[in-house]
Amino acid sequence: MCGIAGLIHRGNTSNIGSELLSMLQSLKHRGPDSTGLAMYGSVSDGSENEYVMRYKVAEGADLATGFKIHDEIADRFNLVRNRLAEYDAVVVSVDDATPYARRCRFRYSGDLKRLADYLEDIEGVEILSIGKALELIKDLGDAITVGDQYRLNHFEGTHAIGHTRMATESDVDIRSAHPYWAYPFLDVAVVHNGQLTNYWNSRRALERRGHRFMSNCDSELIAVYLADAMNRGDDLEESMNRSLSELDGVFTYVVATDDKLGMAKDYMAAKPMVLYESDDFVALASEEVAIRSVFPHEIETIDPYEGEVRVWQS
Amino acid sequence: MAELTSTGSMHAEKLTGRTQQIFFSAVESDRLASPHAIDVDFDKLVDIDAEGRSAREVNQEIAARMREGYGTITVLNPGAKHSLGVGILNRLRLIFKGSLGYFGCGLSDGPNIQISGRVGWSCAENMMSGTIVIQKNAGSTFGAAIRGGDLVCKGDVGSRTGIDMKGGTIIVGGRTGAFSGFMMQRGRMIVLGDAGPNLGDSMYDGIIYVGGKIAGLGVDAVDAEMTELECNWIKRKLDQYGLEAPNGVENLRKIESGKQLWNYDSLEPTEKKLVL
Repeated sequence: MCGIAGLIHRGNTSNIGSELLSMLQSLKHRGPDSTGLAMYGSVSDGSENEYVMRYKVAEGADLATGFKIHDEIADRFNLVRNRLAEYDAVVVSVDDATPYARRCRFRYSGDLKRLADYLEDIEGVEILSIGKALELIKDLGDAITVGDQYRLNHFEGTHAIGHTRMATESDVDIRSAHPYWAYPFLDVAVVHNGQLTNYWNSRRALERRGHRFMSNCDSELIAVYLADAMNRGDDLEESMNRSLSELDGVFTYVVATDDKLGMAKDYMAAKPMVLYESDDFVALASEEVAIRSVFPHEIETIDPYEGEVRVWQS
Repeated sequence: MAELTSTGSMHAEKLTGRTQQIFFSAVESDRLASPHAIDVDFDKLVDIDAEGRSAREVNQEIAARMREGYGTITVLNPGAKHSLGVGILNRLRLIFKGSLGYFGCGLSDGPNIQISGRVGWSCAENMMSGTIVIQKNAGSTFGAAIRGGDLVCKGDVGSRTGIDMKGGTIIVGGRTGAFSGFMMQRGRMIVLGDAGPNLGDSMYDGIIYVGGKIAGLGVDAVDAEMTELECNWIKRKLDQYGLEAPNGVENLRKIESGKQLWNYDSLEPTEKKLVL
C-alpha cells in the first residue's frame, strides 16, 4: 500500500524534520517496513563545489552476520575516504549517522557521476544522495525509529518528501526503501505509491542512455526518468506531464528538486493523495490524517484529479 | 422518453434485467428494518469528543449512547480519523463537527448523518438507507456499492464515485473524477459540476445526470432523453439538500447503459466486441 507525504514552505524555512516525521508516523499503518525522508535545506556552505553526500556501506541487518562484518564496514569507510582523496575531493566533515551510514560534506570540482560510480564500485557501498540542498535518509522501521536513529527531529529547511513502505515486490532493506535519489542528478528525489507496468521497457531505455539502477523498484525509475528529462531540457512540470503518458500503470508520486515540490497522479487515479494549500505552506499526503498531524484544526483539503500535475516553488 | 409502466413514482420504470427483477424490490415497504434496531429519542442530545480517542472507542460510544436512547449525537473533533460512524443499523441523527478519514459511515442502514467537513476515500460504502450529507469535498470511491438512501456531497468528489452502486441516490454539488458510475447496477447519480473521463463505464443500469462538462463516456454508456417525471424528481431532491443545477434541471445531461454488454450470457466474447 505505502504512504507518501510532502511539504513545502514558500518563502521561509521551518523544522521540516519534525514536521515530516510527524506526518509519516501517522501513515505508519500504510506500511511499517521502512521509512525514508528527502529533506532540502542549506546543507552545504553555498560554495559552488561543495556537496553533501549520504551513503551507506552495509545494511543494518548485516551487523548480525558476525564479528567480521564490523571490520569490513571499517574497511569500506576507509576505502570511500581513500577514493575521495584519490579523485581530489576535499572532505570538509564526516558524521556517523549509524554504524553503517554516514553523512559527508566534501568539495569537488570534477565529474560527479564519475566520482559516484567509483565510490559505488566498493562492495556494499550505496550513495543515497548527493546534493547541494538534499539530504536523503532511509532505514527500516517506522518514522519515530528512523527519526531517533538519525537524529532528524531538528532539521531546518524549506521542503521535504517522505515515504512509509509496505514491501510487496522487493526486499525489506534500505536498498529497496524510498525515497530514491535520481542518481547521478543533484537534488532530485522521488516517493511513489503505485505500480509501473512498463518498468522493464522504460528501464532498458534509460540504461541505454547510461543510467544505473541500484534496485528493481519502479519508484527509482521515476526519479531517474524525471531527472533525465530535465537534463535534456524539460522543466520539472514538463517532465512530469511527459511521465503521465510515457509511464504506464497506476501511480501517484511526489518529486522534489532543490527549490520545487511536485505531485502527479496517473489517469486511472487509483492511488490516493490529499492536498492542503495556503499562501505560504503546502502539505500533501496519502491520507488527511498525515496533514492533520501538523495542522490539527479544521482545514480545507482537496483530492487532486486523474492526470493532474502540480508544482510549487519554495 | 424512457418506458414507464405508471407515473406514480420513479420506481415505476420497467425493469427488464433478470437480476433486478429477482433481487431488488422497488417498494419502500419491502425494505426490512434491522431486527436489532433501537428506539431512540431525537430530542435527547449528547456530545462525544473524539479528540485523542481511537475510532473504535468513538464508535463504541455512539452505540452505547444509542442504547441509552439518545437520538441526536454530535461527534466533536473527528480529526479525519478513519472508519468513524460505521455499521449504524438504526434511526439516528448523527452530526460530525469536522472531517472524516477513509471508510467513514460505511454500512449505514437508517441514520441521518451530517458532516461539516470533508470525507476521505470510500465514504458510505454499502450504505443501505438513511441520508449522509457532507458539506465540503469527498475522496474517491464515494458511495461505492450503496444500495439505498441519499448520499450527498456539496463539494467535489474524487474518482470512481458510485462504483458498483446498486440503488439509492448520490448527489455531487461539484465535480466528480474519472470512472464515476463504473459498473453501476441501479440507482441514480446527480453530478451538478463536471464529470471526468470514462463516465458510467460498463454500467449495467441506473442513471447518471450531469450538469457540467463530461470529459468522456465509458464503454456502453450512452446519452438518453430526460423525462418530465425525472426533472420533477431531481428538483425535489436538490431542494431537499439546498442545491441547485447551475443551468437548470432540464439541461442536465442524462447518461444510461446502452445495454450492449448487459446480457452477457447471450453473447460470446467475440460477439461482445462486435456490438460495441
